[in-house]
Amino acid sequence: MTDTLLTEAVWPSALQGSPLQGTLFRFATAGSVDDGKSTLVGRLLHDSKAILADQLDAVTRTSSERGFGGAAGGIDFALLTDGLRAEREQGITIDVAYRYFATAHRSFILADCPGHVQYTRNMVTGATTADAVVVLIDARKGVLEQTRRHLSVLALLRVQHVIVAVNKIDLLGYDEAAYTEVAADVRAVTAELGLGAVHVIPVSALVGDNVVDRSPHTPWYHGPSLLELLETLPLVDEIESETRAFRLPVQLVLRPQGAVVVPEEDAPRYRDYRAYAGQVASGTLRVGDTVTVSPGGGSTVVTGIDFAGAELDLAFAPQSVALRLRDDLDIARGAVIAAAGTLPPQVKELTAALFWLDARPLAAGARVLVKFGTSTIQAIVPEITGRRSLDTLAIETADRLEVNDIGQATVRLASALPLETYAENRRSGAFLVIHPQDGATLAAGIVLAAGGAS
Amino acid sequence: MSAHDIATAPPAAAAPPATARPHRLTQLDVLESEAIHIIREVVAEFERPVLLFSGGKDSVVMLHLAAKAFWPGRVPFPVLHVDTGHNFPEVIAFRDATVARLGVTLEVAGVQDYIDDGRLQERADGTRNPLQTVPLLDAIAAGRHDAVFGGARRDEDKARAKERIISLRDEFGQWDPRNQRPELWNLYNGRHTVGQHVRAFPISNWTELDVWRYIEREGIELPPLYYAHDREVYLRDGMWRAVGPVSAPLAHETVSRRTVRYRTVGDMSCTGAVESDAASVHAVVREVAQSTLTERGATRADDRISEAAMEDRKRDGYF
Repeated sequence: MTDTLLTEAVWPSALQGSPLQGTLFRFATAGSVDDGKSTLVGRLLHDSKAILADQLDAVTRTSSERGFGGAAGGIDFALLTDGLRAEREQGITIDVAYRYFATAHRSFILADCPGHVQYTRNMVTGATTADAVVVLIDARKGVLEQTRRHLSVLALLRVQHVIVAVNKIDLLGYDEAAYTEVAADVRAVTAELGLGAVHVIPVSALVGDNVVDRSPHTPWYHGPSLLELLETLPLVDEIESETRAFRLPVQLVLRPQGAVVVPEEDAPRYRDYRAYAGQVASGTLRVGDTVTVSPGGGSTVVTGIDFAGAELDLAFAPQSVALRLRDDLDIARGAVIAAAGTLPPQVKELTAALFWLDARPLAAGARVLVKFGTSTIQAIVPEITGRRSLDTLAIETADRLEVNDIGQATVRLASALPLETYAENRRSGAFLVIHPQDGATLAAGIVLAAGGAS
Repeated sequence: MSAHDIATAPPAAAAPPATARPHRLTQLDVLESEAIHIIREVVAEFERPVLLFSGGKDSVVMLHLAAKAFWPGRVPFPVLHVDTGHNFPEVIAFRDATVARLGVTLEVAGVQDYIDDGRLQERADGTRNPLQTVPLLDAIAAGRHDAVFGGARRDEDKARAKERIISLRDEFGQWDPRNQRPELWNLYNGRHTVGQHVRAFPISNWTELDVWRYIEREGIELPPLYYAHDREVYLRDGMWRAVGPVSAPLAHETVSRRTVRYRTVGDMSCTGAVESDAASVHAVVREVAQSTLTERGATRADDRISEAAMEDRKRDGYF
């Protein structure tokens, strides 16, 4: 339980009454039913005993009612994740489904992303919150166009850990040479896309090879099983707590003005309580640190970090805290509190990649809203500078963006923000594009360059 | 490697990877901070939020999280209970004591009132859960609530697994599962037009076990029927049903006294108990970790009607 010692120190009740707690790891799966994705998800859940008896009964019953004679023991695992009536009726998965399971080491949130229908929308949704994405390919088919597209989206969104599961290895007779060829193709594509360390694993979801346990059928493979990998990869928030500068977008100001819930004898201490509440986006902050606030650019010192009555010595992502500051600066929702001297200059222009998710296309000159952190402001898209070919990742000319396009555009903001690129800081460099009238989420945006066309 | 092992394995069996980092939060810490972030976003972006509060464990956890989110200030929104009129009396007593302790305003929408004046009719099967939708939507409209917090979790049901954290409802309260906004990073979009409202589910990503571990860790008080107690019960549809004014046994059903507890508390007419000797929160955590049935499968008659029972009720504006 050494992994919880620090939490125990900062939040004393964290360990009371024991049962062991692990960390929380979020991952997404991408691929199509043909690649055996549902079987892989079903296998992971089944072999980690996350499918409870009544769920399994229901799925087994429906499978046999529909005459599903699949080799997966007669169980159609897709029924576990196809939650909507339309999905079951049409036999397709429309929307991202979330599944939960745990092992002795970690709890997992699995975002199961459909491969065919609206794949960009679903991939982007799954990938933006994931520590890892598992891309499934059929060992017999190797790297297909769809695989390239999935990997392109992951590269653009800078997913921390990419795992390629080469499935149906049993159908290749567990042949090392055949696997090596597919793995080499995968690595060639990921290198071309600029994806760093990609994990490639030979698996058979149907048989269970290398999914939970390492398989005796692949003695030539010396790496971890899929689950072993998921249990040991570092979390994005842990990496970014250590490698990125402190950022806290202010959600609201806590100023109870006497209406407090503390015991009566303590109430006078809280009469003038004022703290800035938000979730740490990146980095680490200690009491006594100097911070800079945007807008305004003022500097002050952190005098306290509060977590619902507990005073913390330090805060890091993704904790939701409230900061007390030495000086009374003008800070409201939308402000960013940052480690001193680390905020970039405020700008009103940026170049962005836009993952267009709405059926209504984007044309140059559109007026939209953008949401960065806790700040929603008006914006105009003066120019669409191109569209990415998802086969080559090259930029093609385009004057509008259609649904599922990944485009590039310049964006002009109504008020200046301290913008960072997505490469510099994932949280600060990500934004939503929102329809100003009906409020629909039109696009996911990432900052490629601050301050206009580069 | 099973959920079972988590509760019973000695610590040595689950040693962390050798690369343990100094900055590490447990899954409960992460889920708690995620929920507090969502609650604060909704309060910052909406005019008149309200929290659905039944006295059930998920809504109790929600209220606890809201109290933490705004400490040392009060919870800045009222709570709303859609009372079927068939609730367990000890849960109603707990509800009233809890809102009094936290200084929160309680709004009640009574299904009984609707039945009394003829706006709703009692169903043939006697269950009142589906009847809650109309009083709920009326109460949302009357309170001009633009955001409604709920304690629904994605692990409860297949339709809920596809629900967004901030989920738009049209002016009829309807959910359109095929036309949901994508949710990206931790940026929530609460924009809506006049007449629309959103449902906000801050504990979407919690499992039943997470909820129980959190209740244990935080020392949160619950209605007593969540813990093992003796009760007059009879068996119907494989569930132990309490003998009560709205849940009387039929002639062929044998009443016996057993040690039971409830995994969910809802309408007495459709909520079943499970046999259990888990009398403490620690024992319940162990029991849930080892359970082989989902909580709704074990205890909710209304979800057994069809494969899409929850989806159909949600489309109509249910919780």
